[in-house]
Amino acid sequence: MSRCVRLSVFALAATVLAAVLIVGFAGLPAFGHFHGVDGNVIDGVGVTERHATDLVTALNFDFRGFDTLGEEFILFGSVLGIVLILRELRDEHQGPRLEEADEHMLGGASEALRLLGLILVPVLLAIGGYIVVHGQITPGGGFQGGIVLATAPLSLFLAGRYLRTRFVAPHTMLEVGEAVGAAGYAMVGIAGLVFVGIFLKNFLPFGIPGHLLSAGQIDVASLAVGVEVSGAFLVAWSEFLDQAIMVRRRRAQ
Amino acid sequence: MSFLPFAVAAWLFIAGLYGIVASRNLVRTILSLTIVQSATYVVLLGVGYRNGGAAPIFADIPAVTKAVDPVVQVLVLTDVVIEATVTALLLALAVQAHKRFGSLDPNDLRVLRD
Amino acid sequence: MTVLQVAALALVAVGGSGVVLASDPLRQTIVLGIFGLALAVLFFVFQAPDVALSEIVVSTVGLPVMILLALRKIRQQERDRQGAEEES
Repeated sequence: MSRCVRLSVFALAATVLAAVLIVGFAGLPAFGHFHGVDGNVIDGVGVTERHATDLVTALNFDFRGFDTLGEEFILFGSVLGIVLILRELRDEHQGPRLEEADEHMLGGASEALRLLGLILVPVLLAIGGYIVVHGQITPGGGFQGGIVLATAPLSLFLAGRYLRTRFVAPHTMLEVGEAVGAAGYAMVGIAGLVFVGIFLKNFLPFGIPGHLLSAGQIDVASLAVGVEVSGAFLVAWSEFLDQAIMVRRRRAQ
Repeated sequence: MSFLPFAVAAWLFIAGLYGIVASRNLVRTILSLTIVQSATYVVLLGVGYRNGGAAPIFADIPAVTKAVDPVVQVLVLTDVVIEATVTALLLALAVQAHKRFGSLDPNDLRVLRD
Repeated sequence: MTVLQVAALALVAVGGSGVVLASDPLRQTIVLGIFGLALAVLFFVFQAPDVALSEIVVSTVGLPVMILLALRKIRQQERDRQGAEEES
């Protein structure tokens, strides 16, 4: 199908789709007049029932914890797919070894960039840890804080120390960390099954809302998801980094 | 005026579809898919909004203030992170396709041979 | 609807069109970063700070890193391929 034919068929289909979408959206309640029952109920009882002040995190890891289990394993599966797709093929080989190319500098990494990258590492670790741990009190939680934690080794890479990054965050450790996070979340659910009889039901004691260890299973689940998400992103980034920097096609002799 | 969020979402959806259909480069297709996904976020959050509602975080406001719906926020939150990973998977496929077929044009991709 | 919400929606619509209409993937990546920030502002104005936080982190760091690395690998493969053709 040539490009002109394809675009004209698309124009027709897009018009029909736009009409359907407009009619469909017009049937929704007007913007600002939300009538759903679940949201109103949870807004009312969430704080007293789960002792967590951030209801989005409480929903994520407690009320709707089963959804999060599924989504976490989507993450795990995609990263598994990335690792499998980007594996070394028969006609490729790994590039410089650690001893040969010790100071692999990114082209154009100036001194200021290197200094900033090195300063950012503890800052990012602190901010990421803060966001993960305070998920049940303020906006945050495992998903957001996990990615911020993952950017700390990345800023080492931007500072030009790629091979040191591989040394600090080697593949095995990242993959083990990700698997531990994913398994940790499932274990929290199984512990609920063992101690209270229902999968993912809370079995830890509650505290005072607004304090750190106050929401029972939400804290532990948030921590497990934080570890898993940061491991997942680091594995994905380092697969792409390996491809872009280390893997080379073997020259046909 | 209260139809605006849904109109913007429909526009983003169709613009993203146009990007997918009219692109000659696999990476452009993948990035247009991101736009289509963000249309769904706008719809979900638009549905859950309540006039005069606050964010559903009761750390410093009394627990009886009117708040927006937290359930749709949960759906969008996990979706945003997972979209990034699935896009990375698609990019890995594009890199391998380029390695195998020598071009990123969707018309040039042939049946996998070995 | 407040003025802020209307402005954020307009920004998102313009940014989305910009991503689709950009000419090559490298420019698209940069516009995608800006579009992600506009989306984060929209989420914030719709009273969803959790979602805004995760959108900021993903679209400014998580996604562009992977896109840029993939583009670099593709450009390298192009150069290798051209070098091999010139040799033979």
